[in-house]
Amino acid sequence: MALQSLDIKRRSATTMPPPSIRKTADVAKLIDISKCIGCKACQAACLEWNDLHEAVGINVGSYQNPPDLTPESWTLMRFSEVEVPRDGTGEPELAWLIRKDGCMHCAEPGCLEACPAPGAIVQYSNGIVDFQEENCIGCGYCITGCPFNIPRISKRDRKAYKCTLCSDRVAVGLEPACIKACPTQALVFGTKDDMKRHAEDRVAELKERGFATAAVYDPSGVGGTHVMYVLQYGDAELYQGLPRNPRVSPMVKLWKGIFKPVSVALMGLAVVVGFLHYVTVGPNEVKEEKAGQPGAPRN
Amino acid sequence: MERQNNLIVRYRPGDRFIHWVVAVSFILAGLGGLAMYHPMFVPLSALFGGGPWTRASHPWIGLVVFVFFAALAIRFCRDNKLTAGDRKWLSQIGDVVANHEERLPEVGRYNAGQKVLFWVMLITLVLLLLSGLVMWYGYFALDFSLGMRRLAADVHAISAFVLIIGIIVHIYASFWVKGSVRSMTRGTVTPAWAKQHHAAWYREISKGGAA
Repeated sequence: MALQSLDIKRRSATTMPPPSIRKTADVAKLIDISKCIGCKACQAACLEWNDLHEAVGINVGSYQNPPDLTPESWTLMRFSEVEVPRDGTGEPELAWLIRKDGCMHCAEPGCLEACPAPGAIVQYSNGIVDFQEENCIGCGYCITGCPFNIPRISKRDRKAYKCTLCSDRVAVGLEPACIKACPTQALVFGTKDDMKRHAEDRVAELKERGFATAAVYDPSGVGGTHVMYVLQYGDAELYQGLPRNPRVSPMVKLWKGIFKPVSVALMGLAVVVGFLHYVTVGPNEVKEEKAGQPGAPRN
Repeated sequence: MERQNNLIVRYRPGDRFIHWVVAVSFILAGLGGLAMYHPMFVPLSALFGGGPWTRASHPWIGLVVFVFFAALAIRFCRDNKLTAGDRKWLSQIGDVVANHEERLPEVGRYNAGQKVLFWVMLITLVLLLLSGLVMWYGYFALDFSLGMRRLAADVHAISAFVLIIGIIVHIYASFWVKGSVRSMTRGTVTPAWAKQHHAAWYREISKGGAA
């Protein structure tokens, strides 16, 4: 049983509801990209708090390092330079966009839906989606299920890892390590309602300052997320391929949705039909065995 | 015709050996696959030493199934070509399940049901192999796009379902048609069994054996 402050709402590969009479407030992290200076303090704080050690990498032509999320780097500053239409004139202007990437803590998590190992992925009632690596079997289905391509399997132990939203810190009333380290308050943490209000205020401010298309990113296709962005240019695709309308793939929905119980039921039915055939129609026996030959062989 | 004490040899030792390697490895692959498919089958993973062992062993067991089935397919494919008589046999499936064998067209070494099962197994095993490689995170999965991996999960589940249903029918049929199990355990059938279930095959081998 988890800590009282972290009651479990959903549990992977579990068909009956987990203990869920208590309801805690939904929490959320808000990442205001317009305030981010790309210092990577959040990335360093994540490694430090979780006691992880990223291997020394190589320069891939930008400040982005490592080049992708890894089993050790659960958050990553993605750097890109894009041309965006300038306000009013529509002329292109250069924007240097830095997005802190990591688990979005979906309200309807594709990883959890796809996971075949009971309790390897849980969703706490505060909305945090957490991997319990001791239950992980290393199949990689969470990667298949995730609409944001976040989980990574370690080559060392074949377990899947990703951002925990510092569930251990949140459980005892602290903010996640990345929030604590952010020097510009580009990262803030609180209840989801407060963060939504704060995000709306920020969007209004940005619009006043000329970012006419500024928007909050809290995609409804996955039931909303417990990590939200303020996007100063609004269009998610500008930000290193953040999906505009993320949703759990229909192929994953088919596989983990209707097909799973129906196919199991039909397999059981096939066995039952066989049994009923045997006790009604009966076996097909050899009718004429000639004398002198061995009798009808028995199974 | 090859005989042992008045019995007809239907499967030689090599056929039987390969068949049972396929059978045992298929059951193991199936149990491990089901354990990773639906929560109600999770306890089956204890047979393999827990969840991670189930995940790690499943692809290798699957490869054994595929390789040995391929050997079986090479030996058996010649006798599994579907003919016009087979279509008639399939259209009279009601007579088949009601044990009215005498109303059916003459059957050769394999009846149409066995032939259809043969091709279903061949096709599903090829699909299981290809989709399984795409899903194999230890080696190949990261070489394929996420879309491919999602498609592979669907193909793997659907093929496995079709194959398992086919195997349930196969196992039941061997139990239902008395004298069949013996052909794959000891290799022999009685002349009466051959005459009743595979008359055309019986005539053919009798001709050859008369010399």
